[in-house]
Amino acid sequence: MTREETETSGEDMMIDDPKPKIENDFNVHYLRIYYGNLFPYTDIHKWLSYGHDGKHPGCDEYYFGRREFSFTLENDVYLRYKSFKNASLMEAAIKSNFPYKIDIGAVYSVDPDKRHAYAQSGTNLFTPVERELVFDIDITDYDDVRYCCSGADVCSKCWPLMTVAIKVIDTSLREDFGFKHILWVFSGRRGVHCWVCDAKARRLTNEQRSAVAEYFRVYKGNENNAKKVDLMGHSLHPFLARSYVDFIKSFFEGELQATQSIFSSKEKYEKILGMITDEDIQADLRGKWENSARSSLSEEATSLLRWEQLKKALQSKRNKALSLRTCVEEIVFTFTYPRIDLEVSKQMNHLLKAPFCVHPKTGRVCVPIDPNNCDEFDPLAVPTLSQLIEEINSGGLRMDVDDDDSDSSLLGKSIKFFRSSFLEPLLKSCKEEIESSYKTKIAKTKDSFSW
Amino acid sequence: MEVIRSQKRTVSNDVVSTPTLPLYLIAPHMEVRLEEFELFAIDRLRVLKGVSDGLARARNPNEMDDLVETLWKEHMRLSNVSEMINKDIISHFVLRLVYCRSDELKKWFLSMETALFRHRFRLKKIEEQRAIVGEFGLPYKAVIGAELESLKERLGLVARSHGQISSDVENIYYKVPFEEVPDLVASRRVLLQKGFAFVAGTQLVSLVVTQFRSHLSKALILTNRKWTTTIREREKDRLTPIVEALSTSYLGPDYSQSNEYADISLKDIDQVSKSSFPLCMRHLFEKLREDHHLKHGGRMQLGLFLKGVGLKLDDALAFWREEFTKKVGSERFDKEYAYAIRHNYGKEGKRTDYTPYACSKIITSAPGAGDHHGCPYRHFSEDNLKAALSRMGLSSRGMEDVMDKVRNRHYQLACTLTFEAVYGTSCDTGINHPNQYFEESQKILKSKTPAAPV
Repeated sequence: MTREETETSGEDMMIDDPKPKIENDFNVHYLRIYYGNLFPYTDIHKWLSYGHDGKHPGCDEYYFGRREFSFTLENDVYLRYKSFKNASLMEAAIKSNFPYKIDIGAVYSVDPDKRHAYAQSGTNLFTPVERELVFDIDITDYDDVRYCCSGADVCSKCWPLMTVAIKVIDTSLREDFGFKHILWVFSGRRGVHCWVCDAKARRLTNEQRSAVAEYFRVYKGNENNAKKVDLMGHSLHPFLARSYVDFIKSFFEGELQATQSIFSSKEKYEKILGMITDEDIQADLRGKWENSARSSLSEEATSLLRWEQLKKALQSKRNKALSLRTCVEEIVFTFTYPRIDLEVSKQMNHLLKAPFCVHPKTGRVCVPIDPNNCDEFDPLAVPTLSQLIEEINSGGLRMDVDDDDSDSSLLGKSIKFFRSSFLEPLLKSCKEEIESSYKTKIAKTKDSFSW
Repeated sequence: MEVIRSQKRTVSNDVVSTPTLPLYLIAPHMEVRLEEFELFAIDRLRVLKGVSDGLARARNPNEMDDLVETLWKEHMRLSNVSEMINKDIISHFVLRLVYCRSDELKKWFLSMETALFRHRFRLKKIEEQRAIVGEFGLPYKAVIGAELESLKERLGLVARSHGQISSDVENIYYKVPFEEVPDLVASRRVLLQKGFAFVAGTQLVSLVVTQFRSHLSKALILTNRKWTTTIREREKDRLTPIVEALSTSYLGPDYSQSNEYADISLKDIDQVSKSSFPLCMRHLFEKLREDHHLKHGGRMQLGLFLKGVGLKLDDALAFWREEFTKKVGSERFDKEYAYAIRHNYGKEGKRTDYTPYACSKIITSAPGAGDHHGCPYRHFSEDNLKAALSRMGLSSRGMEDVMDKVRNRHYQLACTLTFEAVYGTSCDTGINHPNQYFEESQKILKSKTPAAPV
């Protein structure tokens, strides 16, 4: 049951049935119930153990215990370097602290808990050894190109920017980099996180992570430059070309025009004119648009028309300057291409919020997103803490999430997706790897006995 | 490597017949004379410090190529090629001992040696480059046949996206895991497919440099282990002191003998302090005039500087006396301070003629409360430094550049930029010594107004 907040167009608030309204507030009481009954401890533990469950002789039983977690408690108290030997200890710690936020860090060379015991002067023995390749995309990084919201808000008009970002990055991670075990997660309010969990990805060095992040980087904006995307050269790199043709071009010319109307006002179109390096073209278009300011067309139609005019004007002068050739693409990229937070991806020791946490400001659960169906994802329909509590209160639901992950519960669907699309294939591949490296090790020791 | 004292050096035939760019994969079997141990290392260190300077000044790759070529010729060249190769190898391995001893030293050495290798590699012809790739034993195969056909169009797009419009697209491509060429991936200079990068022959440098760096990084860890467990103790009377001194050595002139540019007289000293002193000395000088006193660290730093600048002993005594007697009286001055000044000039005690402090020493000093010595770029707060710089006449733009260097801990470059801003000229060698700053400044000022005192 969802309740719609008052829309800006002033519709009446719709109430589905006359139950007492539960505040959508996030509070410790609800949080306790969530962590007491709903948080999928076993699944998270299985994921982060990457197959090292002790059942195979090649397992490293201490692997999970070397992973860093951090808890943010009430009043911004921050506890770092937490580690747990096994799932029950992790569960016990969460249930005694009820953290507002749980972050997952790297797997270190020794238990983060015991790092001081290993400190030596000169050489540092406490170092990260494995860590997922992660990405963080936050819609506030697009504030200069979205006109419906700004800051912490997000709506159905600007969320599609995240959808496009997921499609572009996910495709590239699989096609270009060959990664397979990728988890996309809603950040709880206004963005998405991506966890690449292949063994190869977990073992990347900081330099290599940085390289992947830079490969994805196109937007280089700050308040000092009017033109924030510079695609020099005579053609686009195949990755950018594919992203353009498969995803962002049609998004720009379709949905974006409808939701953002990026040409409809002087302030808006001046920003775009500033990206055209030819002053004649700028003046020409400016003249046309100022004159048609009071036309009877809708905002969307106006925008589309002006876009066509712009493309035509650039087309005619294409051969005059190299910078004009890629101008159309540059404008499209500026408004639609993914903007990732480079710092998050570059370092192994960077902590990132765990999936299935609850966002303190919205009360929404950080649920996984299916990249193959990301068009369907609606951030405003994600279960909130109070909805989950209400569901429990209305009774009749079994609390044991390890049981059949039924589609009927709000959270069950997400957990089921997590298990079937991500966790199971991942664990299968991990087991294979553990087995094969164990076999190699055995073979090697056998060889050394040969005379 | 065996270090010996004899005059002759025997080079065993085990020396790998490397091309002119050694990879330093294994320590060579050769005997090295003790003097060469130190001298070769110092020469190589000059090269590495030059590289460091070039990188800190954000020189582009072509400029770095030229810089490396110049530095190498200047410091590493010997009469015959095999001697040069030996010096190259010996000096590298000696510096490994020096720079393996802490994380900070390792990081610096790794960066500089990698940069040095990168640019020396770039200067080689393509056939030599291919040979070097082979030497690393890299298993990468060239892409051929049907696979190449299916990639050709996109490979062309990649090349064109970086301005290569020539019709002969690079015809040899190697299929390499993308992790091996991070810089090519980052700049989108390669095509990626299913985790592999397609590296052109002309991009080999990236592959090789990654290998070099990775190998050296591991080697430094092993060297450190050997050093701490056996070598340091075993060599404590012979090689260890040399090794320990090398990483902090200053490599320029010591300014213990002042020269013609720098004879200053007491009557000019105030003017000269404003026109030619580097910020550290100007600050000490101003404080001395203001407080009529300086603590020990300040007396040493300023006193020796003035000696290097050409202040004679009698003038020095008069100068310090003039100030100190305003505070402590002439009797106390003679009793407590005059001796130390004479000592600095080598007229007392063991009569060592002390040399003025170089920047490296000043930067690593630790001024405490009431002290005014040290390096302002390091030891001043940002606000105080900006105030001092504006008193020296820097514009806000110039100040930003200087502060940028300071924030990145390039204190000497900050001082160099100040110098360049004040005198409107470039200082390519960089400032390494306060007396160098003074001399260069005097040169410039004298060339502008030859007659008048500056």
